[in-house]
Amino acid sequence: MHPARKQRLIIVAIIVIGASVATALIANALKQNLNLFYEPSRIANGEAPIGRKIRVGGMVLENSLTRLPNSLTVQFVVTDYEAEVTVEYTGILPDMFTEEAGTVATGVLTEDGLFIAEQVLAKHDETYMPPEVAAALKNKPPAY
Amino acid sequence: MIPEIGHFALLLCLPIAIFLASIPLLGAILGRPLWMRLGPLLALGQWLFLLLAFICLTHSFLTDDFTVKLVAMHSNSALPWYFKLSAVWGNHEGSLLLWVFILASWTLAVAYASQSLPLDMRARVLAVLGMISIGFLLFIIFTSNPFERLLLNPVADGNDLNPLLQDFGLIIHPPMLYIGYVGFSVAFAFAIAALMTGNLDAAWARWSRPWTNIAWAFLTIGIALGSWWAYYELGWGGWWFWDPVENASFMPWLAGTALIHSLAATEKRGVFRSWTVLLAILAFSLSLLGTFLVRSGILVSVHAFASDPTRGLFILAFLVLVIGGSLLLYAVKAPAIRSNAKFGLLSRENFLLVNNILLAIALSVVLLGTLFPLASSALNLGSYSVGPPYFNAMFVPLSLPMIVLMGIAPYISWKRSNKISAAIPKWLIAAFVALLLAGLATLSLSNQYQQDFNWLAFITLVVSLWLITSTALHMLSKAKHQQGLLTGFKRLSVSYWAMVIAHTGIAVAAIGIGLTSVYEQQKDVRMLLGDDISVSGYRYQLTAINTFEGPNFSGTRGDITVFDGDTVITVLQPEKRFYYAARNVMTEAAIDPGLTRDLYVALGEELEEGAWAVRVHVKPFVRCIWLGALMMAFGGFLAVTDKRYRSKRMLNA
Repeated sequence: MHPARKQRLIIVAIIVIGASVATALIANALKQNLNLFYEPSRIANGEAPIGRKIRVGGMVLENSLTRLPNSLTVQFVVTDYEAEVTVEYTGILPDMFTEEAGTVATGVLTEDGLFIAEQVLAKHDETYMPPEVAAALKNKPPAY
Repeated sequence: MIPEIGHFALLLCLPIAIFLASIPLLGAILGRPLWMRLGPLLALGQWLFLLLAFICLTHSFLTDDFTVKLVAMHSNSALPWYFKLSAVWGNHEGSLLLWVFILASWTLAVAYASQSLPLDMRARVLAVLGMISIGFLLFIIFTSNPFERLLLNPVADGNDLNPLLQDFGLIIHPPMLYIGYVGFSVAFAFAIAALMTGNLDAAWARWSRPWTNIAWAFLTIGIALGSWWAYYELGWGGWWFWDPVENASFMPWLAGTALIHSLAATEKRGVFRSWTVLLAILAFSLSLLGTFLVRSGILVSVHAFASDPTRGLFILAFLVLVIGGSLLLYAVKAPAIRSNAKFGLLSRENFLLVNNILLAIALSVVLLGTLFPLASSALNLGSYSVGPPYFNAMFVPLSLPMIVLMGIAPYISWKRSNKISAAIPKWLIAAFVALLLAGLATLSLSNQYQQDFNWLAFITLVVSLWLITSTALHMLSKAKHQQGLLTGFKRLSVSYWAMVIAHTGIAVAAIGIGLTSVYEQQKDVRMLLGDDISVSGYRYQLTAINTFEGPNFSGTRGDITVFDGDTVITVLQPEKRFYYAARNVMTEAAIDPGLTRDLYVALGEELEEGAWAVRVHVKPFVRCIWLGALMMAFGGFLAVTDKRYRSKRMLNA
């Protein structure tokens, strides 16, 4: 084979092999790390998988935040004003986390409907609402 | 009155930019030198009026003119003056004004610092920069006017700057990042101008290189500052979150890194021309995409405070226009570009090619992980988020071989390497030294942090130390000189030093990333006064809790004494602040920095019976991450000072 062609062939082969290996690895890694978002009402309907990492978002219900004594474990209720889900979290809540404000929690739903969060996010200022929470609350004015 | 002057100056920039985008270009096409010579003057005019607009806005902020809506929304009379200054760009409108002002500054620099450019080339480059300027000016003037007044309902005091932004790092992070982002517009303009003429020769690559290097170096500093800020200000102790906005700045960086290396091959050997042009287009497009992602408000992100969904459409349209237009031009012109330089399998050309392939894969990993959630949400396929494990799982196997190859690359010469046999002993020595040191270091670290021998830490150390040793050996052999080593070192070219420093920076950053990830310890605990906790051999004791008053906030400060054995190392004073105007609570972490470890403490909320939630970290080698980034940036700046660029300039002049 002509040396220039051979060289071009080798380069093309490297690129093709590299790209396909990379694509396979990327697709696999992506599949394992996608966290789907659920509104509390969809969790209440039993649409959310149990034991898989998901995210849940909505408003923190007024007076729902309770702290277990002598630990950093808290429980609070997240609502989209149609259904509610109880979230349990051990650790330090973000600065902007308050009742009656939007939040998104990442974690796992248990058999008995308790959501064990490993990460809790809150909005970053007074005017900002996470888009997913805004969508979850759309056309659902507070019940009071 | 002053805001109106600023607004008027801003409006005046639009016709100037339109002239800048058209007259020099027409002059280049029609061959009229006078029209082409008008470019620098227009660039100067645009810059002066934007400077005036920027000064006016800054004046409004510094003098607390709350009749200006932007000032009322984002500043407060109790703010210290330096935060009033940074409040100018701590919001959507102001940051865009900064963007376009920096663009005008780059344009001015190109106009006056490249006297050696052929007249028509300079005219085309300035015209392309003018076109970008038109797009952003239209955006500011029609959707994001920073000078809007609140004359009907004046407010007594402003809403205050978001407390997260009241920080030294945030005064300089946005300008640095923007200088980098916008700097790629110069590389882009050079590429488009060269595509127009169809003359993508070595001279084009040589002109582009210094500009690209400077932009890349600034972007590196900007990203490092953002990471450093997130680390100490957010109070989570994390230094990189794979947050979409971080990714938005990281993608142009990856493309820019590939571009720097590809430009080298194009300049020296005339190869990869069309790929280099494509990379220049890509780097700038990704900068625009970054701006779009941050400013459109479609992201769930720590940066979402300065966003507005209604403006997204404009930037998206602009993005489509720029990318579509430049790719169309590329599609028409690129097939005519041929390089007939031949090179062997073991050649620097091929090493740079592999570098570019790996960087391109890394780029697509980040792009996919960032855009997939947006695409699936836009197509109603469900609202996903991509977790950090995805990015980590991809970046470890991608970066390790890249670092290994970086240790080999300097030994490989252009065209075809014949001197491999001379290099092999050096590689063996470097590999041996790296294995030995990495093994010892891993054993000692595992002992110190009470863990089993960690293979990930070991491998990271091996490849990083390999890179450092191999590069150092190459430098030694290159510096061998009859009149002694010192003379030899002095004779090494500046750009060679730049490469050595930047590559060593990569190794240092890799060490920091690897060791922090493996050995960091974090504990969230409930502490009463006098309680203590041990983390990684350090004992933290809560010794006092006090309240205090700041200029625009009230706070609680904890004293946490850190012991190593019985000796007191330091007293850390983390704070919890309550900002009056915005009614925000903020955590101020306290850090005892060190090259080999950071001790990091943040206060959580107050619990029952006077107890406090406290977050305690030990972060080994975390400083190396930013030190490495600074070394890379320094290398980028240093490369530009190589006399090669100046002497060529004089030759051409």
